Amino acid sequence: MWSTGATVAIALAYVALLFFIAWRGDRQAAAGRNPLASPWIYALSLAVYCTAWTFYGSVGRAATDGYGFLPIYLGPTLACALGWVVYRKILRIAKIERLTSIADFLASRFGKSAFLGAVVAVVAVVGTVPYIALQLKAVATSFQLLLARDGPSALSYEQLSLSAAAVLALFAILFGTRSVDLTEQHAGLVLAIAFESLVKLVAFLAVGLFVVFGLYEGFGDLFARAAADPALAAMLSRQGASEGAWAWMTFLSLLAFWFLPRQFQVGIVENVDERHLSTSAWLLPLYLLVINVFVLPIALAGRMSPATAGASGDTFVLLLPLSADRAELAVLVFLGGLSAATSMVIVESLAISNMVANDLVLPVLLQRSGSVGGDFRQPLLISRRLAIVAVLLLGHLYAISAGVGASLISIGLVSFAAVAQLAPATLGGLYWAGATRRGALAGLIGGFAVWAYTLPLPSLVATGRLPASFLSEGPLGLSWLRPHALFGLDGLDPLSHSLTWSLLVNVVAFVGVSSLAAPGPVEERQARRFVDVFRYRGEVEVPVWSADAPVASLRALLSRFLGEERTERALQAWADEQGVDLDHMGQAHPELIAFAERLLAGTTGAASARVALASVAQEKTLDVGEVVELLDETSRVIAASRELAEKSQELETASAELRRVNEQLRELDRLKDDFLSTMAHELRTPLTAIRAFAEILHDNPELDTEKRSEFLRVIAKENERLSRLIHDLLDLARLEGKEERMVAEPVDLAEVVADGVAALDQLAASRGVEIEVTAPMGLPPVAGDRDRLIQVVINLVSNAVRFCPAATGHVAVSVQRRRGELLLGVEDNGPGVPPTEREAIFEKFRQIARPVSGRQAGTGLGLAITRRIVARHGGRIWVEDAAEGGALFLVSLPTRAADAPQPIPLLLGA
Amino acid sequence: MSRERILIVEDEPNIVLSLEFLLAQHGYEVVVARDGEEALAAVEARPPALVLLDVMLPGIDGYEVCRRLREQPELTHLKIILLTARGRDAERLRGLEQGADLYVTKPFSTRELIATIAGCLGGSPP
Amino acid sequence: MIPDRLRSARLVALFLLGALGFNAPPLAGVSLPGTVLGLPLPYVYLFTVWALLILAIALAVRPKRGE
Repeated sequence: MWSTGATVAIALAYVALLFFIAWRGDRQAAAGRNPLASPWIYALSLAVYCTAWTFYGSVGRAATDGYGFLPIYLGPTLACALGWVVYRKILRIAKIERLTSIADFLASRFGKSAFLGAVVAVVAVVGTVPYIALQLKAVATSFQLLLARDGPSALSYEQLSLSAAAVLALFAILFGTRSVDLTEQHAGLVLAIAFESLVKLVAFLAVGLFVVFGLYEGFGDLFARAAADPALAAMLSRQGASEGAWAWMTFLSLLAFWFLPRQFQVGIVENVDERHLSTSAWLLPLYLLVINVFVLPIALAGRMSPATAGASGDTFVLLLPLSADRAELAVLVFLGGLSAATSMVIVESLAISNMVANDLVLPVLLQRSGSVGGDFRQPLLISRRLAIVAVLLLGHLYAISAGVGASLISIGLVSFAAVAQLAPATLGGLYWAGATRRGALAGLIGGFAVWAYTLPLPSLVATGRLPASFLSEGPLGLSWLRPHALFGLDGLDPLSHSLTWSLLVNVVAFVGVSSLAAPGPVEERQARRFVDVFRYRGEVEVPVWSADAPVASLRALLSRFLGEERTERALQAWADEQGVDLDHMGQAHPELIAFAERLLAGTTGAASARVALASVAQEKTLDVGEVVELLDETSRVIAASRELAEKSQELETASAELRRVNEQLRELDRLKDDFLSTMAHELRTPLTAIRAFAEILHDNPELDTEKRSEFLRVIAKENERLSRLIHDLLDLARLEGKEERMVAEPVDLAEVVADGVAALDQLAASRGVEIEVTAPMGLPPVAGDRDRLIQVVINLVSNAVRFCPAATGHVAVSVQRRRGELLLGVEDNGPGVPPTEREAIFEKFRQIARPVSGRQAGTGLGLAITRRIVARHGGRIWVEDAAEGGALFLVSLPTRAADAPQPIPLLLGA
Repeated sequence: MSRERILIVEDEPNIVLSLEFLLAQHGYEVVVARDGEEALAAVEARPPALVLLDVMLPGIDGYEVCRRLREQPELTHLKIILLTARGRDAERLRGLEQGADLYVTKPFSTRELIATIAGCLGGSPP
Repeated sequence: MIPDRLRSARLVALFLLGALGFNAPPLAGVSLPGTVLGLPLPYVYLFTVWALLILAIALAVRPKRGE
């Protein structure tokens, strides 16, 4: 129906149109009307996500698997929801650091590591070549299908694939490698990509409308007829669909949408305005939704049409219009598929070539040439162009090799899984400052190895290059190494299986190795710049270069990469902005060197820029002190900025905390003073009486015997009081100190109570107070110091006795059992303790009222000592109202072995 | 010459006992108050020549008693000696700020105390 | 600062809602042979949830005045 010549002519005309659009776009940008300023162009260019895989492959998948094609588009929709949160951070960092690819991003994040950049570049190339092959295959196949009606095509599959590769390489080179500066956007190229997105959408919608309303009488009719076929009906109701694989695919495509080299290229490198994200966040998912509405109907129509019987689902989009003799529609479909394939190939090869040139070729060049002069611009541009050609050639070779028997989607998913290996290091590096280069490398290499073993390697079985037993029995018969059931993980589809293992290994290695050692100084600094990117308003330049590079050699270095004119312009712009005179600057400022580094990074990538600069400037090695200083500096800047209101809020909280601690210390100090002062008073009071009477006795030898003995009695009594006080004070000090170890032996509390009460019999009898003891038999023992516990009983009971009214006094001592503890109660019918004093009485020298028997009875330390002893036993003491209005002191003691309780610091009085 | 009256304000019975004996021995007439309220009442009832005032009293403390006494213009001739077991400068200062004439730290030498009282009352002990 | 935070929180919530809505529990629940207006139940469900999510994202990322 179409001659080969006509078809080729149409294809070439389309490509010519692309060239024209790209050329116009570049012209417009040069004239100051950058087409990239439109968020719509940005969103449409992101639709480069939809490749031939979408255009032909989705229908193929839907024809056998129903809804199975959809997760690939649901994932990016979810990614768009998070775009403003996560993707914006990557975008912001990339703009500040002038990053040019995903390899550059990771290398820069992890200490500008050239090796890491190289590894990422390799992963990207290996993961992407099959994907490019898929596009070439689609172009060639669709071309042949279009011509098949008129007998065998004059052009072979190989020829078609090769010519497609050649034309696309030319386009990518012309519009993608004109300038050596990678951070300069390729306005024309992106405009062409956006245009292609429109073409493929229109083409797909056209065929969709034709199928639904041309071949059938609308959606209802189509679905109703499909439902009549039991196989299709089961498919339509998702019978037997694997939810696990569905979830994995959703997650996988989310990661792919962010980290595929071409997505990074259009989404990050070619972005000119962060705010475009707020348009693309809904526009792109909407695009994906619209382009997918007809996938299922077309697939069903293909399955039901006799014209497509036996054909691969991947060809339905083209075969349906062809079989209905709608030639013009078939051509439109062909162009749509062409646009989907070409846009992907162009952007992908461009992105890959940047990585290959900057992260694989340039480090070698730099090492070879060292600091020897020579212009790097030509070698750089040439290596990029060669890389494009090489990647496309590899793609072509893959496409014509036997391996491409697999369906479009399965090849694409293998690529997705490879790219997903970049996710842990990228996302981790974005939020976790502790992630290190070694960790990233370990994760990446580990994950990639597992990926290679579980996905691409088994496909060699299908081509006969490996024996089938490799899959069914494992290498050398080791069944736990079966590539589709690693370590016995059976029952998953190969993709889910590979993702589970590779991402698990990746994340575990990344986190594990990162945790082994702290990041080095450069990594640490980059980590801050990445993780905290939103904290810096503007840029906080961190001086990492010491100032011993002459401006002249810096200038010479830059010229080698940027050319003299651009170098001069850039340096002059910087000097004007900074207000410095470069001609009179002998040695470069660290700031100038940092500027030069970033300038260079836009051309060579971060890792190579660092290596290149190291040839003329000395890199500072930061020691801890300097890092702290830097952080100090940074935090000052931070506090100043409005964005950090939050930070100063934190600081405020922190200083409030400090103030509070200070208050506490002061309070403690005051308490200490109070205590010392009180203790002095308590000690001096008996001393005063003793001294006064001693002097009286001395000065008045003539005193009568009765007076003498009265005064001597006072001296003795005060002396005794003094001794008791000193004893108690020492006791308390021992209890508060760390030294004293409490004996922990099983102690029968009932026995302790009996002993303690017995010791007080006399005191009680003398005051006419009755003591009643209740303790049930068979109580569990408490672990503790028997003598100390007797002291507790004596202290409490003697207090109770003293506070009881004489003659009618009644003290009840009881021991009860209560959930894992024993409760000792001492109850009196005295005046009780007012609620306000219930805490205070346990402090030193706090007596609320005079015991009825007179002042000398207590030292004011008894309860303080008691509380310390109880605390040492892991127990608690408190006071309540007794039933009869007196005080009820309660002591709880754990019956289990007492955990060594923390000694209470001296003087805390707590 | 009538004996000069001294009010002892002190809650420690044994210290009161010693002071009572000492002062009586040196020819003063002695009145005793056990706490601040009692002291204020005693002064109002019959102002003494001198108050020997302990600082650590139950209820109203010695400083407060001192301040209240000094508020009364008719008591300008009343001498006040503070007695305290808390010997820090800050407290000495505080006592003097409240209008005490002198400040004696416990434990005191009986002879010095008598000399101080005598000096305060402007003469040798009776 | 606060509107920014709020926006982020809303978007994260939408992400989680979307991730849930697109996946097993609700999706398995509608994997039945029924039809809505002649369209298969899962088809209607998936595209409706999808469209609603896009609408919600559009509302959540709407630029603030002055931005």
